[in-house]
Amino acid sequence: MDFDLMITSLPKLLNAAVITLKLLSASLIIGLFIGFLFAVLRLSKNPFINKFAYGYSYLFRGTPLLVQIFIIYYGLGQIEWLRSTFLWVILKEPYWCAIIAFALNTGAYTSEILRSAFQTIKPGIIEAGKSLGISNKIILYKIQIPVAIRQSLPAYGNEIILMMKGTSLASTVTLMDITGVAKHIVSTTYKPLEVFFLAGGIYLFMTFIIHNLIKYLEKKYSFQ
Amino acid sequence: MDLLSFGKTGWGDELLYATLMTIAVSITSMLIGFLFCLIFTPLKLSNNKFLKFIGNSYTTVIRGVPELLVIYLFFFGGSGALMYVASIFGYFEYIEINAFITGSVAIGIISGAYSTEVFRGAIQSIDKGQFEAAKVLGVSKFAQFYKIIFPQMLRLAIPNLSNVWQITLKDTSLISVTGLVEIMRQSYIAAGSTRDPLFFYCFAAVLYLMLTFLSMKLINRLEVKYSRGF
Amino acid sequence: MNIFKKTILTILASLFLIGNVYADKIKIGTEGAYPPWNSKDASGALIGFEVELANELCAIMNHECTIVEQDWDGMIPALLMRKFDVIMAGMSITAERQKTITFSQGYADEVAALAVMKGSSLEGMSTPAGISLSKPNSDAKKALKTIKAALTGKTVCTQTGTIHQNFLESGDVGKVNVRTYKTQDEVNLDLVAGRCDVALAAAVAFTDYAEKSGKPVVLVGPTFSGGAFGNGVGVGMRQGGENTIGKRDAQLLKDFNKAINKARKQGIISKLAIKHFGFDASM
Repeated sequence: MDFDLMITSLPKLLNAAVITLKLLSASLIIGLFIGFLFAVLRLSKNPFINKFAYGYSYLFRGTPLLVQIFIIYYGLGQIEWLRSTFLWVILKEPYWCAIIAFALNTGAYTSEILRSAFQTIKPGIIEAGKSLGISNKIILYKIQIPVAIRQSLPAYGNEIILMMKGTSLASTVTLMDITGVAKHIVSTTYKPLEVFFLAGGIYLFMTFIIHNLIKYLEKKYSFQ
Repeated sequence: MDLLSFGKTGWGDELLYATLMTIAVSITSMLIGFLFCLIFTPLKLSNNKFLKFIGNSYTTVIRGVPELLVIYLFFFGGSGALMYVASIFGYFEYIEINAFITGSVAIGIISGAYSTEVFRGAIQSIDKGQFEAAKVLGVSKFAQFYKIIFPQMLRLAIPNLSNVWQITLKDTSLISVTGLVEIMRQSYIAAGSTRDPLFFYCFAAVLYLMLTFLSMKLINRLEVKYSRGF
Repeated sequence: MNIFKKTILTILASLFLIGNVYADKIKIGTEGAYPPWNSKDASGALIGFEVELANELCAIMNHECTIVEQDWDGMIPALLMRKFDVIMAGMSITAERQKTITFSQGYADEVAALAVMKGSSLEGMSTPAGISLSKPNSDAKKALKTIKAALTGKTVCTQTGTIHQNFLESGDVGKVNVRTYKTQDEVNLDLVAGRCDVALAAAVAFTDYAEKSGKPVVLVGPTFSGGAFGNGVGVGMRQGGENTIGKRDAQLLKDFNKAINKARKQGIISKLAIKHFGFDASM
């Protein structure tokens, strides 16, 4: 075990962890918006809107994240007329391509989580609200949404961790996240075990923090 | 469309072979994962603090670290570790592990961590009364488990195992980094050769969607079969 | 061996394909993705300058050779793990690599060059035709300054784990935004797509790509050699040692050096170089 190498690699990996966190937060925030949007679309009575939202969710949950990133980064980069539009300013950068892919992906999973949380709210709660004479709109905002959020916390916490692991795929499109930097160090020192263990340890530490954060939020917002 | 034709110039036959490889690796990985469950689920359910810790470490670590990292570790370190073990027995030659086995075991370890959690949750959801009733019947411990607990556990586990299957199926795309020719790798080769990444990666997505769709249909059938009341 | 050891070994053996053992069979590792040095034809067979040179050298040495494909970023680890015995993959002889592996004498020169798309602002850089970085003279130093100024703020793409990456990160051309890719092909793709302002690789790699793909990729600036770019391309091998494998590796080194000398005298290397590169790149 080359501990010296581990000590010298640690600062490089920690720097890369900043990139990983940036990717993660940007993807989650955008993904949350997309998730809410599509959850609402899925609950709509209109069959076209419903099917469209289902199609989006099925597409992004049924294909690997790697394929999604490659299509957005390499596939879109191939389209000549796209390269002449203003969109190219964004799509040129692997950083944004990765975030777009991640956000679309987590958006699909989040929409499923929120949709099922909405659909499993005990009808009794809504009826209680109605019997108190509260308007439908306020029921939505003050009862349904908070309850749905609370109910989705465990599943969404899981999704955050899955997304964090997903960011490692950014290394396949030249981004220097933790995995990318780890690979680079290994390619010059030929000591995979030490470096990958260290990288894995950093990810594990982040998982630990996220997991405990979600547990804390669950406790804080429990209604029972 | 003739990019997809079979024969020398079309990529159709290569992609078909790659799809079969993806299916083969997924199935093998699931099965290898189940082997891991045989060891780790009992560990997690045990009363012994130390054994429980080992079981929990396995699931926590593997589920908390990116799959790509597990695959890299296994791929770069696997041969070396194996040769080290073999050298203890006095075998010094190069051991070549073929890519299929390496990939399947790597994904199998990951799949096993998720499956272990599923089985653990399933067993813990079975009413305690069932265990007591099984004991009272006076049959052997093995029969207790196999005839009474196991069927109930399966019924509870199948929906979640279908999730694990979907995850495993999609994770196989990551072994493309080790060079094994499955859907992702073949699309990468075809895209590079024809300089048409958009077409081939989109087609790869279609292939995966087909596989997910078919899996869902088959698993629904399984669920119906196992939900027959008892 | 007791029954326990026997069963473990049987299980291991039954699960794995045991690679080559000894004697006259040599396994040569190459990337298969760096034309014209090494690449694959439509059917997936390995072709290129080094593949043909390898076959010639093996004929001279009277050994049986098989050529194995290996991704570039795992090339040296695979050699150390004895997946193959030698590397012939356009790998330049550098001091850094010589810390882990050893090289035969060089058989060909690999000059590197910067490449851009036609119409780029970097075209027409006024520099000498070629500079050597082993003992940079004043012309070379001036050229480096010109390049440094031209590259500021630009995105430069190259393949991971190459001498080209080392050069870009060495500071000789100041701080540049370096992007690394798994294969040269990906570098070419992003250069054409406009994601890279400029790319760095073997000069022949770009000319080959421009010719085969028809894309307007042009070389700019001087050709580089020496210094971070190493001293020619050689056959990479494990460093010899005391045990059986080590002695065999040391013998391989001697055999390859003899074979390269012979091939050079017979003009084989020059002939192959002209065939694949268009000029005599032999050393």
